[in-house]
Amino acid sequence: MEFIYQHPVLVAAIIKIAVLLFIVMTALAYLTWLERKAIAHIQSRWGPYNVGAHGLLQPLADGIKFLFKEDITPPVADKFVYTLAPFLALALGLTAIALIPFGPVRGPGSVPLLGQPAWAVTDINIGLLMLFAITSLGVYGVALAGWSSNSKYPLLGGLRSSAQMISYEVSLTMSVVGVVLVAGTLSFNELIEKQSGAFWHWNVFSVRYGGVPQIVGFLCYLTAAIAETNRVPFDLPEAETELVAGFHTEYSSFKFAMFFMAEYANMITVSCLATILFLGGWLSPFPESWHWQWFLPGAGLLALAAYCAWNTVAEMRGIARLQLGVVTLLAGGGGLLCLIPVVAEHIQGPFWFTTKILAILFFYIWMRATLPRFRYDQLMSFGWKLLLPLSLANLVITALALVLWPLVKHG
Amino acid sequence: MIPLILFILCAALAIAGAIVLIWAHEPIHSALALILVMVALAILYLLLGAPFISAVQIIVYAGAIMVLFVFVIMLLNFGLEERTNFSKLAIPGALLAVVLMAEIAHWLAHSSIGRAMANGPAAPATEASTVELSKMLFRQYLFPFEATSILILIAILGALVLARKES
Repeated sequence: MEFIYQHPVLVAAIIKIAVLLFIVMTALAYLTWLERKAIAHIQSRWGPYNVGAHGLLQPLADGIKFLFKEDITPPVADKFVYTLAPFLALALGLTAIALIPFGPVRGPGSVPLLGQPAWAVTDINIGLLMLFAITSLGVYGVALAGWSSNSKYPLLGGLRSSAQMISYEVSLTMSVVGVVLVAGTLSFNELIEKQSGAFWHWNVFSVRYGGVPQIVGFLCYLTAAIAETNRVPFDLPEAETELVAGFHTEYSSFKFAMFFMAEYANMITVSCLATILFLGGWLSPFPESWHWQWFLPGAGLLALAAYCAWNTVAEMRGIARLQLGVVTLLAGGGGLLCLIPVVAEHIQGPFWFTTKILAILFFYIWMRATLPRFRYDQLMSFGWKLLLPLSLANLVITALALVLWPLVKHG
Repeated sequence: MIPLILFILCAALAIAGAIVLIWAHEPIHSALALILVMVALAILYLLLGAPFISAVQIIVYAGAIMVLFVFVIMLLNFGLEERTNFSKLAIPGALLAVVLMAEIAHWLAHSSIGRAMANGPAAPATEASTVELSKMLFRQYLFPFEATSILILIAILGALVLARKES
Protein backbone atom coordinates (compact mmCIF):
# COMPACT_ATOMS: atom_id res chain seq x y z
CA MET A 1 0.00 0.00 0.00
CA GLU A 2 2.86 2.34 0.91
CA PHE A 3 4.30 1.80 -2.57
CA ILE A 4 1.01 2.73 -4.24
CA TYR A 5 0.86 6.07 -2.43
CA GLN A 6 4.49 6.85 -3.15
CA HIS A 7 4.38 6.04 -6.86
CA PRO A 8 0.81 6.78 -8.06
CA VAL A 9 1.98 7.48 -11.63
CA LEU A 10 3.80 4.16 -11.93
CA VAL A 11 1.04 2.05 -10.35
CA ALA A 12 -1.69 3.76 -12.38
CA ALA A 13 0.34 3.23 -15.55
CA ILE A 14 0.78 -0.48 -14.82
CA ILE A 15 -2.95 -0.93 -14.16
CA LYS A 16 -3.84 0.96 -17.35
CA ILE A 17 -1.32 -1.03 -19.42
CA ALA A 18 -2.70 -4.35 -18.09
CA VAL A 19 -6.31 -3.38 -18.86
CA LEU A 20 -5.41 -1.93 -22.27
CA LEU A 21 -3.40 -5.05 -23.18
CA PHE A 22 -6.37 -7.27 -22.31
CA ILE A 23 -8.78 -5.12 -24.33
CA VAL A 24 -6.45 -4.82 -27.32
CA MET A 25 -5.72 -8.57 -27.41
CA THR A 26 -9.46 -9.34 -27.34
CA ALA A 27 -10.07 -6.69 -29.99
CA LEU A 28 -7.35 -8.23 -32.19
CA ALA A 29 -8.98 -11.65 -31.91
CA TYR A 30 -12.43 -10.34 -32.77
CA LEU A 31 -11.06 -8.15 -35.54
CA THR A 32 -10.11 -11.36 -37.37
CA TRP A 33 -13.68 -12.57 -36.83
CA LEU A 34 -15.10 -9.25 -38.10
CA GLU A 35 -12.83 -9.33 -41.13
CA ARG A 36 -13.77 -12.88 -42.09
CA LYS A 37 -17.47 -12.21 -41.55
CA ALA A 38 -17.49 -8.90 -43.45
CA ILE A 39 -15.51 -10.26 -46.42
CA ALA A 40 -17.72 -13.35 -46.50
CA HIS A 41 -20.89 -11.28 -46.61
CA ILE A 42 -19.47 -8.96 -49.28
CA GLN A 43 -18.67 -12.05 -51.37
CA SER A 44 -22.08 -13.69 -50.68
CA ARG A 45 -20.76 -16.38 -48.31
CA TRP A 46 -21.49 -17.12 -44.66
CA GLY A 47 -17.98 -16.95 -43.18
CA PRO A 48 -17.27 -18.68 -39.83
CA TYR A 49 -20.57 -20.11 -38.58
CA ASN A 50 -20.02 -23.42 -36.79
CA VAL A 51 -17.87 -22.60 -33.75
CA GLY A 52 -20.28 -20.75 -31.50
CA ALA A 53 -23.32 -18.79 -32.64
CA HIS A 54 -22.38 -16.84 -35.80
CA GLY A 55 -18.80 -18.16 -35.36
CA LEU A 56 -18.34 -15.99 -32.27
CA LEU A 57 -16.00 -18.53 -30.64
CA GLN A 58 -13.90 -18.93 -33.80
CA PRO A 59 -11.06 -16.58 -32.59
CA LEU A 60 -10.77 -18.66 -29.41
CA ALA A 61 -10.62 -21.89 -31.42
CA ASP A 62 -7.98 -20.36 -33.71
CA GLY A 63 -5.92 -19.28 -30.71
CA ILE A 64 -6.02 -22.76 -29.15
CA LYS A 65 -5.10 -24.30 -32.50
CA PHE A 66 -2.10 -21.96 -32.90
CA LEU A 67 -0.92 -22.82 -29.38
CA PHE A 68 -1.00 -26.59 -29.91
CA LYS A 69 0.48 -26.74 -33.42
CA GLU A 70 4.06 -27.96 -33.74
CA ASP A 71 6.55 -25.09 -33.74
CA ILE A 72 8.99 -25.81 -36.57
CA THR A 73 12.27 -23.91 -36.87
CA PRO A 74 14.05 -24.54 -40.19
CA PRO A 75 17.51 -26.09 -39.53
CA VAL A 76 19.22 -23.54 -41.79
CA ALA A 77 17.52 -20.57 -40.16
CA ASP A 78 19.40 -18.05 -38.04
CA LYS A 79 17.85 -19.22 -34.74
CA PHE A 80 18.24 -16.00 -32.73
CA VAL A 81 16.95 -13.59 -35.37
CA TYR A 82 14.26 -16.09 -36.44
CA THR A 83 12.87 -16.07 -32.89
CA LEU A 84 13.42 -12.36 -32.36
CA ALA A 85 11.48 -11.21 -35.45
CA PRO A 86 7.90 -12.14 -34.40
CA PHE A 87 8.48 -10.83 -30.87
CA LEU A 88 9.77 -7.57 -32.28
CA ALA A 89 6.81 -7.22 -34.63
CA LEU A 90 4.18 -7.86 -31.95
CA ALA A 91 5.91 -5.88 -29.18
CA LEU A 92 6.28 -2.78 -31.35
CA GLY A 93 2.72 -3.09 -32.64
CA LEU A 94 1.31 -3.24 -29.11
CA THR A 95 3.62 -0.54 -27.66
CA ALA A 96 2.42 2.01 -30.20
CA ILE A 97 -1.17 1.69 -28.90
CA ALA A 98 -0.02 2.75 -25.42
CA LEU A 99 0.46 6.31 -26.70
CA ILE A 100 -3.14 6.69 -27.85
CA PRO A 101 -5.61 8.68 -25.70
CA PHE A 102 -8.99 6.90 -25.74
CA GLY A 103 -10.86 9.69 -23.99
CA PRO A 104 -10.36 13.16 -22.51
CA VAL A 105 -7.50 13.43 -19.96
CA ARG A 106 -8.85 16.65 -18.39
CA GLY A 107 -12.08 18.58 -18.16
CA PRO A 108 -15.59 17.05 -18.35
CA GLY A 109 -15.74 13.38 -19.23
CA SER A 110 -12.29 12.51 -17.86
CA VAL A 111 -12.07 9.78 -15.24
CA PRO A 112 -9.40 9.85 -12.51
CA LEU A 113 -7.41 6.75 -11.49
CA LEU A 114 -5.14 7.33 -8.46
CA GLY A 115 -5.12 11.00 -9.49
CA GLN A 116 -4.08 10.11 -13.04
CA PRO A 117 -6.29 10.34 -16.14
CA ALA A 118 -7.71 6.87 -16.83
CA TRP A 119 -8.44 7.17 -20.57
CA ALA A 120 -4.80 7.45 -21.68
CA VAL A 121 -1.73 5.48 -20.58
CA THR A 122 0.56 8.46 -21.20
CA ASP A 123 0.05 12.10 -22.09
CA ILE A 124 3.36 13.26 -23.55
CA ASN A 125 3.76 16.47 -25.52
CA ILE A 126 5.47 14.82 -28.49
CA GLY A 127 3.12 11.84 -28.71
CA LEU A 128 2.91 11.95 -32.51
CA LEU A 129 6.70 11.82 -32.93
CA MET A 130 7.00 8.99 -30.42
CA LEU A 131 4.34 7.04 -32.28
CA PHE A 132 6.22 7.49 -35.54
CA ALA A 133 9.43 6.47 -33.79
CA ILE A 134 7.86 3.19 -32.67
CA THR A 135 6.07 2.42 -35.93
CA SER A 136 9.20 3.22 -37.96
CA LEU A 137 10.89 0.28 -36.21
CA GLY A 138 8.03 -2.03 -37.23
CA VAL A 139 9.66 -2.84 -40.59
CA TYR A 140 12.41 -4.80 -38.80
CA GLY A 141 10.00 -7.53 -37.75
CA VAL A 142 9.09 -8.26 -41.38
CA ALA A 143 12.57 -7.71 -42.88
CA LEU A 144 14.37 -9.83 -40.27
CA ALA A 145 11.79 -12.61 -40.55
CA GLY A 146 12.39 -12.71 -44.28
CA TRP A 147 16.16 -12.75 -43.93
CA SER A 148 16.51 -15.18 -41.03
CA SER A 149 14.35 -17.92 -42.61
CA ASN A 150 17.22 -18.47 -45.07
CA SER A 151 14.85 -19.41 -47.86
CA LYS A 152 14.14 -17.68 -51.16
CA TYR A 153 10.47 -16.73 -50.90
CA PRO A 154 10.72 -15.22 -47.42
CA LEU A 155 13.83 -13.28 -48.48
CA LEU A 156 11.99 -11.84 -51.48
CA GLY A 157 9.01 -11.00 -49.27
CA GLY A 158 11.27 -9.31 -46.71
CA LEU A 159 13.01 -7.27 -49.40
CA ARG A 160 9.71 -6.20 -50.93
CA SER A 161 8.28 -5.16 -47.61
CA SER A 162 11.38 -3.14 -46.66
CA ALA A 163 11.27 -1.28 -49.98
CA GLN A 164 7.52 -0.75 -49.72
CA MET A 165 7.50 0.41 -46.11
CA ILE A 166 10.40 2.83 -46.67
CA SER A 167 8.64 4.29 -49.72
CA TYR A 168 5.23 4.73 -48.14
CA GLU A 169 6.49 5.90 -44.76
CA VAL A 170 7.61 9.13 -46.46
CA SER A 171 4.11 9.85 -47.79
CA LEU A 172 2.55 8.79 -44.49
CA THR A 173 4.66 11.26 -42.53
CA MET A 174 4.25 14.05 -45.09
CA SER A 175 0.46 13.73 -45.14
CA VAL A 176 0.39 14.21 -41.36
CA VAL A 177 2.60 17.32 -41.27
CA GLY A 178 -0.24 19.44 -42.69
CA VAL A 179 -2.35 18.71 -39.60
CA VAL A 180 0.60 19.46 -37.31
CA LEU A 181 1.08 22.82 -39.05
CA VAL A 182 -2.59 23.72 -38.63
CA ALA A 183 -2.78 22.65 -34.97
CA GLY A 184 0.73 23.75 -33.98
CA THR A 185 1.27 20.88 -31.54
CA LEU A 186 2.54 17.30 -31.45
CA SER A 187 0.55 16.26 -28.39
CA PHE A 188 -2.39 13.98 -29.13
CA ASN A 189 -4.62 15.60 -26.53
CA GLU A 190 -4.00 19.11 -27.77
CA LEU A 191 -4.48 17.95 -31.37
CA ILE A 192 -7.90 16.61 -30.41
CA GLU A 193 -8.92 19.53 -28.18
CA LYS A 194 -8.17 21.95 -31.01
CA GLN A 195 -10.84 20.20 -33.11
CA SER A 196 -13.60 20.64 -30.53
CA GLY A 197 -17.05 21.80 -31.57
CA ALA A 198 -18.94 19.65 -34.04
CA PHE A 199 -17.83 17.55 -36.98
CA TRP A 200 -17.23 20.55 -39.25
CA HIS A 201 -14.39 21.58 -36.91
CA TRP A 202 -12.51 18.31 -37.48
CA ASN A 203 -9.23 18.73 -39.32
CA VAL A 204 -10.63 17.05 -42.45
CA PHE A 205 -13.11 19.91 -42.93
CA SER A 206 -11.93 22.69 -40.64
CA VAL A 207 -10.72 26.13 -41.72
CA ARG A 208 -10.78 27.45 -38.16
CA TYR A 209 -7.04 28.02 -37.77
CA GLY A 210 -6.52 29.59 -41.18
CA GLY A 211 -5.35 26.43 -42.90
CA VAL A 212 -7.04 24.51 -45.68
CA PRO A 213 -9.26 21.45 -45.01
CA GLN A 214 -6.97 18.43 -44.73
CA ILE A 215 -9.10 16.20 -46.96
CA VAL A 216 -6.21 15.52 -49.37
CA GLY A 217 -3.91 14.77 -46.45
CA PHE A 218 -6.55 12.41 -45.04
CA LEU A 219 -6.89 10.46 -48.29
CA CYS A 220 -3.09 10.27 -48.69
CA TYR A 221 -2.80 9.09 -45.10
CA LEU A 222 -5.43 6.37 -45.54
CA THR A 223 -3.76 5.06 -48.71
CA ALA A 224 -0.23 5.16 -47.29
CA ALA A 225 -1.46 3.51 -44.10
CA ILE A 226 -2.83 0.52 -46.04
CA ALA A 227 0.58 0.09 -47.68
CA GLU A 228 2.34 0.58 -44.36
CA THR A 229 0.34 -2.24 -42.75
CA ASN A 230 0.96 -4.55 -45.75
CA ARG A 231 -2.69 -5.07 -46.59
CA VAL A 232 -4.60 -5.58 -49.82
CA PRO A 233 -4.24 -3.96 -52.37
CA PHE A 234 -0.64 -3.36 -51.21
CA ASP A 235 0.10 -6.79 -49.69
CA LEU A 236 2.99 -7.51 -52.04
CA PRO A 237 5.23 -8.84 -49.22
CA GLU A 238 2.89 -11.80 -48.81
CA ALA A 239 1.49 -12.17 -52.33
CA GLU A 240 0.50 -15.83 -52.20
CA THR A 241 0.36 -16.29 -55.97
CA GLU A 242 4.00 -15.27 -56.32
CA LEU A 243 5.73 -15.79 -52.99
CA VAL A 244 3.82 -18.65 -51.25
CA ALA A 245 3.24 -16.52 -48.12
CA GLY A 246 6.10 -14.04 -48.34
CA PHE A 247 8.09 -13.22 -45.23
CA HIS A 248 6.23 -15.64 -42.92
CA THR A 249 6.40 -18.70 -45.19
CA GLU A 250 8.68 -20.61 -42.80
CA TYR A 251 6.83 -19.60 -39.64
CA SER A 252 4.40 -21.95 -37.97
CA SER A 253 2.40 -22.25 -34.77
CA PHE A 254 2.36 -19.29 -32.39
CA LYS A 255 5.21 -17.43 -34.10
CA PHE A 256 2.98 -17.16 -37.17
CA ALA A 257 0.10 -16.07 -34.93
CA MET A 258 2.31 -13.30 -33.55
CA PHE A 259 2.86 -11.86 -37.04
CA PHE A 260 -0.86 -12.12 -37.60
CA MET A 261 -1.61 -10.24 -34.37
CA ALA A 262 1.07 -7.65 -35.15
CA GLU A 263 -0.60 -6.91 -38.48
CA TYR A 264 -3.96 -6.35 -36.78
CA ALA A 265 -2.33 -4.28 -34.00
CA ASN A 266 -0.78 -2.07 -36.68
CA MET A 267 -4.17 -1.72 -38.33
CA ILE A 268 -5.65 -0.53 -35.03
CA THR A 269 -2.75 1.90 -34.53
CA VAL A 270 -3.07 3.56 -37.93
CA SER A 271 -6.86 3.77 -37.51
CA CYS A 272 -6.39 5.44 -34.10
CA LEU A 273 -3.93 7.91 -35.63
CA ALA A 274 -6.29 8.71 -38.52
CA THR A 275 -9.09 9.29 -36.02
CA ILE A 276 -6.99 11.55 -33.80
CA LEU A 277 -5.41 13.61 -36.55
CA PHE A 278 -8.27 14.03 -38.98
CA LEU A 279 -11.57 12.96 -37.38
CA GLY A 280 -11.49 14.66 -34.00
CA GLY A 281 -10.38 11.70 -31.86
CA TRP A 282 -12.72 11.13 -28.94
CA LEU A 283 -14.87 14.18 -29.72
CA SER A 284 -18.53 13.76 -30.55
CA PRO A 285 -19.58 14.74 -34.10
CA PHE A 286 -22.53 16.70 -32.70
CA PRO A 287 -22.55 20.10 -30.96
CA GLU A 288 -22.03 19.87 -27.20
CA SER A 289 -25.48 21.32 -26.41
CA TRP A 290 -27.24 18.23 -27.83
CA HIS A 291 -27.46 16.31 -24.59
CA TRP A 292 -29.45 13.41 -26.04
CA GLN A 293 -26.23 12.15 -27.64
CA TRP A 294 -25.15 10.98 -24.17
CA PHE A 295 -27.62 8.12 -24.46
CA LEU A 296 -26.42 6.93 -27.87
CA PRO A 297 -23.98 4.27 -26.50
CA GLY A 298 -26.72 2.75 -24.34
CA ALA A 299 -29.26 2.92 -27.15
CA GLY A 300 -26.82 1.30 -29.55
CA LEU A 301 -26.09 -1.58 -27.15
CA LEU A 302 -29.81 -2.05 -26.45
CA ALA A 303 -30.50 -2.20 -30.18
CA LEU A 304 -27.79 -4.85 -30.49
CA ALA A 305 -29.36 -6.75 -27.60
CA ALA A 306 -32.78 -6.57 -29.25
CA TYR A 307 -31.36 -7.91 -32.53
CA CYS A 308 -29.55 -10.71 -30.69
CA ALA A 309 -32.69 -11.59 -28.73
CA TRP A 310 -34.74 -11.83 -31.93
CA ASN A 311 -31.99 -13.88 -33.59
CA THR A 312 -31.75 -16.20 -30.57
CA VAL A 313 -35.43 -17.00 -30.62
CA ALA A 314 -35.94 -17.07 -34.39
CA GLU A 315 -32.85 -18.75 -35.84
CA MET A 316 -30.58 -20.39 -33.25
CA ARG A 317 -30.94 -23.99 -32.12
CA GLY A 318 -29.31 -26.01 -29.36
CA ILE A 319 -26.04 -24.75 -27.82
CA ALA A 320 -25.88 -21.75 -30.19
CA ARG A 321 -29.15 -20.50 -28.67
CA LEU A 322 -27.54 -20.52 -25.22
CA GLN A 323 -24.40 -18.75 -26.49
CA LEU A 324 -26.29 -16.00 -28.25
CA GLY A 325 -28.52 -15.70 -25.18
CA VAL A 326 -25.43 -14.85 -23.13
CA VAL A 327 -24.41 -12.22 -25.74
CA THR A 328 -27.94 -10.78 -25.55
CA LEU A 329 -27.77 -10.52 -21.76
CA LEU A 330 -24.28 -8.91 -21.88
CA ALA A 331 -25.32 -6.35 -24.50
CA GLY A 332 -28.60 -5.60 -22.71
CA GLY A 333 -26.92 -5.24 -19.31
CA GLY A 334 -24.18 -3.05 -20.77
CA GLY A 335 -26.77 -0.94 -22.56
CA LEU A 336 -28.80 -0.38 -19.37
CA LEU A 337 -25.58 0.51 -17.49
CA CYS A 338 -24.68 3.05 -20.17
CA LEU A 339 -28.08 4.73 -19.80
CA ILE A 340 -27.25 5.86 -16.23
CA PRO A 341 -26.49 9.59 -16.71
CA VAL A 342 -23.17 9.59 -14.76
CA VAL A 343 -21.86 6.60 -16.71
CA ALA A 344 -23.19 7.97 -19.99
CA GLU A 345 -21.33 11.25 -19.47
CA HIS A 346 -17.99 9.59 -18.78
CA ILE A 347 -17.98 7.00 -21.56
CA GLN A 348 -18.69 9.54 -24.33
CA GLY A 349 -14.99 9.84 -25.25
CA PRO A 350 -14.18 6.13 -25.59
CA PHE A 351 -17.54 5.49 -27.29
CA TRP A 352 -16.96 7.97 -30.12
CA PHE A 353 -13.30 6.97 -30.42
CA THR A 354 -14.21 3.29 -30.78
CA THR A 355 -16.98 4.07 -33.25
CA LYS A 356 -14.62 6.04 -35.50
CA ILE A 357 -11.89 3.39 -35.28
CA LEU A 358 -14.42 0.70 -36.22
CA ALA A 359 -15.55 2.76 -39.21
CA ILE A 360 -11.96 3.07 -40.50
CA LEU A 361 -11.25 -0.61 -39.82
CA PHE A 362 -14.38 -1.52 -41.75
CA PHE A 363 -13.11 0.65 -44.60
CA TYR A 364 -9.86 -1.37 -44.64
CA ILE A 365 -11.75 -4.67 -44.64
CA TRP A 366 -14.02 -3.38 -47.40
CA MET A 367 -10.93 -2.46 -49.48
CA ARG A 368 -9.55 -5.95 -48.95
CA ALA A 369 -12.77 -7.59 -50.12
CA THR A 370 -13.07 -5.35 -53.16
CA LEU A 371 -9.71 -4.55 -54.74
CA PRO A 372 -7.19 -6.79 -56.53
CA ARG A 373 -3.48 -6.61 -55.72
CA PHE A 374 -1.17 -4.07 -57.37
CA ARG A 375 1.74 -5.19 -59.51
CA TYR A 376 5.12 -4.40 -57.94
CA ASP A 377 6.18 -1.66 -60.38
CA GLN A 378 2.69 -0.12 -60.14
CA LEU A 379 3.06 -0.04 -56.37
CA MET A 380 6.38 1.80 -56.54
CA SER A 381 5.34 4.31 -59.20
CA PHE A 382 2.04 4.95 -57.38
CA GLY A 383 3.90 5.66 -54.15
CA TRP A 384 6.67 7.84 -55.50
CA LYS A 385 5.02 9.54 -58.49
CA LEU A 386 1.49 10.15 -57.21
CA LEU A 387 1.14 9.80 -53.46
CA LEU A 388 4.34 11.61 -52.41
CA PRO A 389 3.88 14.65 -54.72
CA LEU A 390 0.22 14.87 -53.63
CA SER A 391 1.06 14.87 -49.93
CA LEU A 392 3.90 17.36 -50.54
CA ALA A 393 1.50 19.64 -52.44
CA ASN A 394 -0.96 19.40 -49.57
CA LEU A 395 1.82 20.40 -47.16
CA VAL A 396 2.94 23.38 -49.29
CA ILE A 397 -0.61 24.65 -49.83
CA THR A 398 -1.42 24.33 -46.13
CA ALA A 399 1.75 26.22 -45.18
CA LEU A 400 1.01 28.94 -47.77
CA ALA A 401 -2.58 29.32 -46.53
CA LEU A 402 -1.37 29.61 -42.93
CA VAL A 403 1.08 32.40 -43.88
CA LEU A 404 -1.11 34.28 -46.38
CA TRP A 405 -4.48 34.17 -44.56
CA PRO A 406 -3.46 36.59 -41.76
CA LEU A 407 -2.00 38.96 -44.36
CA VAL A 408 -5.26 38.93 -46.35
CA LYS A 409 -7.39 39.35 -43.25
CA HIS A 410 -5.46 42.27 -41.77
CA GLY A 411 -4.64 43.93 -45.09
CA MET B 1 15.99 5.69 -8.16
CA ILE B 2 14.13 4.54 -11.28
CA PRO B 3 16.05 6.94 -13.59
CA LEU B 4 19.33 5.62 -12.15
CA ILE B 5 18.35 1.98 -12.81
CA LEU B 6 17.24 2.92 -16.34
CA PHE B 7 20.48 4.82 -16.93
CA ILE B 8 22.67 1.90 -15.85
CA LEU B 9 20.57 -0.54 -17.90
CA CYS B 10 20.67 1.56 -21.06
CA ALA B 11 24.35 2.45 -20.71
CA ALA B 12 25.18 -1.24 -20.28
CA LEU B 13 23.00 -2.12 -23.30
CA ALA B 14 24.68 0.54 -25.43
CA ILE B 15 28.17 -0.70 -24.54
CA ALA B 16 27.18 -4.35 -25.00
CA GLY B 17 25.62 -3.49 -28.36
CA ALA B 18 28.78 -1.70 -29.47
CA ILE B 19 30.94 -4.69 -28.50
CA VAL B 20 28.63 -7.15 -30.30
CA LEU B 21 28.62 -4.85 -33.33
CA ILE B 22 32.38 -5.32 -33.72
CA TRP B 23 32.44 -8.94 -32.55
CA ALA B 24 29.68 -10.45 -34.71
CA HIS B 25 30.56 -12.46 -37.83
CA GLU B 26 27.21 -12.00 -39.51
CA PRO B 27 26.60 -8.49 -41.00
CA ILE B 28 22.91 -8.56 -39.98
CA HIS B 29 23.86 -9.27 -36.37
CA SER B 30 26.18 -6.26 -36.46
CA ALA B 31 23.37 -4.12 -37.87
CA LEU B 32 20.99 -5.35 -35.14
CA ALA B 33 23.57 -4.52 -32.48
CA LEU B 34 23.91 -1.02 -33.93
CA ILE B 35 20.12 -0.58 -33.76
CA LEU B 36 20.29 -1.64 -30.11
CA VAL B 37 22.95 1.04 -29.47
CA MET B 38 20.77 3.68 -31.18
CA VAL B 39 17.67 2.77 -29.16
CA ALA B 40 19.65 2.69 -25.89
CA LEU B 41 21.06 6.14 -26.70
CA ALA B 42 17.55 7.39 -27.45
CA ILE B 43 16.40 6.29 -23.99
CA LEU B 44 19.44 8.02 -22.48
CA TYR B 45 18.42 11.26 -24.25
CA LEU B 46 14.94 10.78 -22.79
CA LEU B 47 16.46 10.49 -19.31
CA LEU B 48 18.40 13.72 -19.93
CA GLY B 49 15.08 15.50 -20.59
CA ALA B 50 15.31 15.75 -24.39
CA PRO B 51 12.28 13.80 -25.67
CA PHE B 52 12.35 15.48 -29.09
CA ILE B 53 15.99 14.52 -29.73
CA SER B 54 15.18 11.03 -28.46
CA ALA B 55 12.28 10.56 -30.89
CA VAL B 56 14.27 11.98 -33.78
CA GLN B 57 17.19 9.69 -32.91
CA ILE B 58 14.94 6.65 -33.27
CA ILE B 59 13.07 7.90 -36.37
CA VAL B 60 16.18 8.96 -38.29
CA TYR B 61 18.85 6.51 -37.18
CA ALA B 62 17.04 3.35 -36.10
CA GLY B 63 13.98 3.79 -38.31
CA ALA B 64 15.47 5.11 -41.56
CA ILE B 65 19.25 4.76 -41.86
CA MET B 66 19.48 1.32 -40.28
CA VAL B 67 16.51 0.07 -42.31
CA LEU B 68 18.50 0.97 -45.42
CA PHE B 69 21.57 -0.81 -43.98
CA VAL B 70 19.56 -3.97 -43.35
CA PHE B 71 17.90 -3.66 -46.76
CA VAL B 72 21.27 -3.44 -48.55
CA ILE B 73 22.74 -6.31 -46.53
CA MET B 74 19.71 -8.45 -47.43
CA LEU B 75 19.81 -7.40 -51.07
CA LEU B 76 23.50 -8.24 -51.52
CA ASN B 77 23.23 -11.31 -49.27
CA PHE B 78 26.73 -11.08 -47.78
CA GLY B 79 28.26 -14.26 -46.41
CA LEU B 80 30.06 -14.48 -43.11
CA GLU B 81 32.60 -11.79 -42.46
CA GLU B 82 36.22 -12.83 -43.08
CA ARG B 83 38.64 -12.41 -40.21
CA THR B 84 42.25 -11.34 -40.71
CA ASN B 85 45.08 -11.65 -38.23
CA PHE B 86 45.84 -9.05 -35.64
CA SER B 87 46.51 -5.69 -37.24
CA LYS B 88 49.72 -3.86 -36.24
CA LEU B 89 47.86 -0.55 -36.47
CA ALA B 90 45.73 -1.63 -33.51
CA ILE B 91 48.60 -0.98 -31.05
CA PRO B 92 48.94 2.80 -31.68
CA GLY B 93 45.14 2.93 -31.92
CA ALA B 94 44.75 1.38 -28.50
CA LEU B 95 47.36 3.78 -27.08
CA LEU B 96 45.49 6.76 -28.54
CA ALA B 97 42.23 5.46 -27.10
CA VAL B 98 43.77 5.13 -23.62
CA VAL B 99 45.17 8.67 -23.81
CA LEU B 100 41.81 10.03 -24.95
CA MET B 101 39.97 8.25 -22.14
CA ALA B 102 42.46 9.60 -19.60
CA GLU B 103 41.99 13.12 -20.95
CA ILE B 104 38.21 12.88 -20.75
CA ALA B 105 38.39 11.48 -17.21
CA HIS B 106 40.76 14.29 -16.17
CA TRP B 107 38.56 16.94 -17.72
CA LEU B 108 35.44 15.50 -16.11
CA ALA B 109 37.13 15.49 -12.72
CA HIS B 110 38.59 19.00 -12.81
CA SER B 111 36.56 21.34 -15.03
CA SER B 112 33.52 23.20 -13.78
CA ILE B 113 31.25 21.58 -16.37
CA GLY B 114 32.48 18.13 -15.37
CA ARG B 115 31.77 18.81 -11.69
CA ALA B 116 28.30 20.09 -12.58
CA MET B 117 27.68 16.94 -14.58
CA ALA B 118 28.72 14.79 -11.66
CA ASN B 119 25.76 16.21 -9.73
CA GLY B 120 23.40 15.04 -12.45
CA PRO B 121 21.78 17.15 -15.16
CA ALA B 122 19.92 20.31 -14.20
CA ALA B 123 16.12 20.10 -14.11
CA PRO B 124 15.27 19.36 -17.75
CA ALA B 125 13.07 21.83 -19.58
CA THR B 126 10.86 19.15 -21.14
CA GLU B 127 7.82 21.37 -21.51
CA ALA B 128 9.24 23.75 -24.07
CA SER B 129 12.01 21.72 -25.63
CA THR B 130 10.40 21.17 -29.06
CA VAL B 131 9.33 24.81 -29.31
CA GLU B 132 12.70 26.07 -28.05
CA LEU B 133 14.58 23.84 -30.46
CA SER B 134 12.54 25.00 -33.45
CA LYS B 135 13.01 28.65 -32.43
CA MET B 136 16.77 28.13 -32.34
CA LEU B 137 16.79 26.26 -35.65
CA PHE B 138 14.59 28.68 -37.56
CA ARG B 139 15.75 31.99 -36.05
CA GLN B 140 19.23 31.86 -34.55
CA TYR B 141 20.69 29.15 -36.79
CA LEU B 142 18.48 29.59 -39.86
CA PHE B 143 21.34 30.08 -42.32
CA PRO B 144 23.46 27.06 -41.26
CA PHE B 145 20.27 24.95 -41.16
CA GLU B 146 19.27 25.85 -44.72
CA ALA B 147 22.88 25.53 -45.91
CA THR B 148 23.03 21.99 -44.46
CA SER B 149 19.86 21.02 -46.30
CA ILE B 150 21.40 22.22 -49.60
CA LEU B 151 24.55 20.28 -48.76
CA ILE B 152 22.51 17.10 -48.29
CA LEU B 153 20.69 17.76 -51.58
CA ILE B 154 24.07 18.07 -53.35
CA ALA B 155 25.19 14.80 -51.75
CA ILE B 156 22.02 13.04 -53.04
CA LEU B 157 22.59 14.42 -56.54
CA GLY B 158 26.22 13.30 -56.40
CA ALA B 159 25.17 9.78 -55.42
CA LEU B 160 22.66 9.74 -58.30
CA VAL B 161 25.29 10.84 -60.81
CA LEU B 162 27.77 8.24 -59.54
CA ALA B 163 25.20 5.43 -59.55
CA ARG B 164 23.82 6.17 -63.02
CA LYS B 165 24.84 3.75 -65.75
CA GLU B 166 26.42 5.15 -68.91
CA SER B 167 23.98 4.55 -71.75
